[in-house]
Amino acid sequence: MVSAHALLFSLDYQHVQIPFEITLWIMLASLAKIGFHLYNKMPTVVPESCLLIFVGLIMGGLIYSLNDKSPPVMDSDIFFLYLLPPIVLEAGYFMPSRPFFENIGTILLYAVVGTMWNAFGIGLSLYGICQVKYFNLQDVSLLHNLWFGSLIAAVDPVAVLSVFEEIHVNEKLHILVFGESLLNDAVTVVLYKLFKSFCEMPSIKLVDILAAIGKFFLVGIGGIFIGLLFGVFAAFTTRFTKTIRVIEPLFVFLYSYLSYLTAELFHLSGIVAIITCAMSMKRYVEANISQKSHTTIKYFMKMWSSVSDTLIFIFLGVSTIGNNHEWNWPYICFTIIFCLIWRALGVLVLTFFVNKCHVNTVTRKDQFIIAYGGLRGAICFSLVFLLPEFSRKKLFIAATTVVILFTVFVQGMTIRPLVDLLDVTRRRETSPTVSEQILIRFFDHLLAGIEDISGHWGQYYWKDKLEYFNSRYLQKILLREYDQPKSSIVLLYEKLERKHAIELAEAGQLIHTPSSTSLLRSRETAVSIQSPASTNRDIMDNIQEILTTNLYKIRRVAPAYNRYTLPGEMGTAEQAKEILIRRHKSLRLSFSQSDSDQSQKKLHPGLPCEWQGLEHLGHLPLLF
Amino acid sequence: MGSRSTLLRDEELEEIKKETGFSHSQITRLYSRFTSLDKGENGTLSREDFQRIPELAINPLGDRIINAFFPEGEDQVNFRGFMRTLAHFRPIEDNEKSKDVNGPEPLNSRSNKLHFAFRLYDLDKDDKISRDELLQVLRMMVGVNISDEQLGSIADRTIQEADQDGDSAISFTEFVKVLEKVDVEQKMSIRFLH
Repeated sequence: MVSAHALLFSLDYQHVQIPFEITLWIMLASLAKIGFHLYNKMPTVVPESCLLIFVGLIMGGLIYSLNDKSPPVMDSDIFFLYLLPPIVLEAGYFMPSRPFFENIGTILLYAVVGTMWNAFGIGLSLYGICQVKYFNLQDVSLLHNLWFGSLIAAVDPVAVLSVFEEIHVNEKLHILVFGESLLNDAVTVVLYKLFKSFCEMPSIKLVDILAAIGKFFLVGIGGIFIGLLFGVFAAFTTRFTKTIRVIEPLFVFLYSYLSYLTAELFHLSGIVAIITCAMSMKRYVEANISQKSHTTIKYFMKMWSSVSDTLIFIFLGVSTIGNNHEWNWPYICFTIIFCLIWRALGVLVLTFFVNKCHVNTVTRKDQFIIAYGGLRGAICFSLVFLLPEFSRKKLFIAATTVVILFTVFVQGMTIRPLVDLLDVTRRRETSPTVSEQILIRFFDHLLAGIEDISGHWGQYYWKDKLEYFNSRYLQKILLREYDQPKSSIVLLYEKLERKHAIELAEAGQLIHTPSSTSLLRSRETAVSIQSPASTNRDIMDNIQEILTTNLYKIRRVAPAYNRYTLPGEMGTAEQAKEILIRRHKSLRLSFSQSDSDQSQKKLHPGLPCEWQGLEHLGHLPLLF
Repeated sequence: MGSRSTLLRDEELEEIKKETGFSHSQITRLYSRFTSLDKGENGTLSREDFQRIPELAINPLGDRIINAFFPEGEDQVNFRGFMRTLAHFRPIEDNEKSKDVNGPEPLNSRSNKLHFAFRLYDLDKDDKISRDELLQVLRMMVGVNISDEQLGSIADRTIQEADQDGDSAISFTEFVKVLEKVDVEQKMSIRFLH
C-alpha cells in the first residue's frame, strides 16, 4: 500500500528548493508590508524599516531554534548584485533632476568631504579608545580601525529613504540627504579598498597614498562615464523600437543593470554608474517610448525596489541572530557615540561653508535633520561581512549590527517627534498673523518667479550650453521623431481637459455640502468688520487651517519625490494643472491680441486655437 | 551662441551699472539671458516671451510678475527696463548701507523693494490695497476648494489685522508695518551669480 502511495504522490523538494525558498522570502516580505499598511497608525510611530527588521529577527530566531545553527547570513554578493541595484535605479530614475543639479555642489561637499571626515574621525577616535588598557582591545590596529571607520561612516540611501517618508521635509533638504547618501558610495568604496590594500601591504609609502587619491577620482568619474555610455546606448536603442513596443521597458532595465555590472567589473562605483545611466537616458527614452511602456517602467521599478528594500531589512534582522558576534560593549557603545558626534560636527562645519555661498541657507532645523538622519543600513552590513577573516572580525560585525539597529530603531523612531518638537518651539515664538502668512507666501511666489525670469539657477550657464548641445546634436541622433514634444502638448491638453471636468464637479460639491455652509454662517455672524474686538480663537484657527491646506505651495517646499506614488499623481502636479487652467484665460486673451501678427504661424492639428502658440510648454510634463 | 543683432555697448553697460548697482559680469550674464528670451530678436521682450518660461506658467502670480516688468501701457520692455526691475531683487550689501544719504535711493533698498511688492497688489495705483484687490491676489494664490465666502472672510481678517486708520484698505505704511517682523531683505533678494 505504501509503495502505491509513493508512486502517486512523490515529493521532490530538492528540485525546486532554491526558487521555492526565494519566492517564499519575497512572499513573506510582501505580506508583511500589507500587514503594516493595514494598521494605519503604525507607520506614523514606527518606521517601516524597523518593523521589517523586527520581522527578520523573529524569522531568524525561528530558524535558529529549529535548526540549532546560525541562520543564512545575507551573502554580500546577493546584496550587491541583486538587491541593491533596483533600489538605486529607482532612486536615480525618479530623482528630480532640477533640484539635484541646483544643489549638486552642496551634495558633493557633504558626500565626499563629509564622508571622509566621518571615516577618519571615527577611525582615529576608536583607535584612541583601543589604547585604553582596560577594554582589552589593544590588538586592533590603527589600520583596522580606519578600515572600520570607512565602512561605518557611509550613510545608507535605503534606510534614509524609508525614514524620510514619515517626516515631511522640504524638497531641498530631501535632495540633500538623499543625494549625499547615494553619492558617498564612491568615497566608501575607495576608502574601503584603500584600507584593504594597505592592510595587505607590508609598508605604506607616500606614493600609495597619492595613488589612492587618484583612484578616488577615477572611481567617480569612471562611474559617470560608464553610466553616460550606457545611457546613450539605451536612448539610441529605443529610437528603433516603434514596431516592437512590448519589449521597450526591458531595454531600460537591461542597460541600467549592465552599466552597474560593468562598473563593478572595473572596480568603479556601480551606484554612480547606474544613477548616471538612469538620469541621462530618462529624457530621451521617455520621448521615444509609448505611454504604456512608460507606465510599465515606472511600475516595475517601484515594485522591484520595494521588494528589494523589504528583503534587505528582513535579512538584516535574520542575520543578527547567530554566532557571528563578539559583544565587546565598550567598543560598541563608543562606536555609536562617535558616529553621532562626528556626523554632527561634520554637518555643522560643512553647513557653515555652504551657507556662505547661498542666500537660501540651510537652517538649524535642516542641519539637525541632516545630522540626525544619517542612518546606516545594509551597505555597512554587507561591507563588514566582506572583510577578510582576521581575529577581530566578529567584533566589527557586532559593532556594525548594533550601530545599524540603533540608527534605524532609535533615530528612525525619534526623528519625527524631535522634528515636530522643533517646529512647535518655532511656532510658539512667532505665530504669524493671517496677513503675515499671506504676504510671506506672496513674497515666496514672487521670488520664485523672478528667479525663473532671471534664469537664476546655480549652473544655468552649463544648463544652457547643454540644452544647446542637446538640441543641435543629441536630439537628432537619439530621438525618433524630431518634433516629438508636440504630441506631448496634445496629450497634456487632453489630460487637463479630462481632469478639469472632474475637478470642477468635485469643487462644486465641496462648496455646497451642508456642513461647510452652516459653518460659514456661524462664522460670519461672529466675524464682522464693525466689531474688531471679537478676535475669536476658533475663527483664527479655522482660517489658519484653511490657509495652510489651500495656499499653493512654492516650488521649494513641496517634495518632488515620493517612494510609493508615481510622479505626477501628487499635489504639485495637481496644483500646477489648476494654475495652468486658471491662467488659460489670460493666455488666451494675450494670444488673441497678437493673433493678427501671428497668422503666418502654422497650426498644430488637434489643438484648439488658444493653445496653438504654446508648443514651448510641451516639456512641461517633465517638470512634474 | 549664434549671432545677435544688438550687442551691449559699453556706455550702456556703464549707465546700467550706475543705475542698478549690478556688477559688470552680472549685467553681461543677464544680457545673455535677455537675448535668449528674446525670440523675435528685436532687442525688446513682449509678454509672450515671458510666458514662454515654463516655470512661470505654473506660478500663481505669473501674470502679475510679468506685468510688473512692463511700464505703464506699453507692450515691450527693453534691456534697461528689464534690469531696472531685476535690480529691486539685488541683495542689500553691507557697504551700501553706509553710503551717502544725499544720493538717490538705490533700487534695492528695503523701501523700494516693498514699494515694488505693493505695486503688484495695487493695480489701480491709488496707493491703497482695497478689499477687491486683496481678493484678486488671494484668489490667485489659493486652490479651487475655497469658496468665495471663505475667501472673503480671510480678506476681511487680513484687512482687519493690518488696518490702523480704519479706512478698510491697506495703505503703504500699514503694509510696511505688517512686514516689520519679516526679513524683507532675505525674502526679496536673489544672489545673482557673478
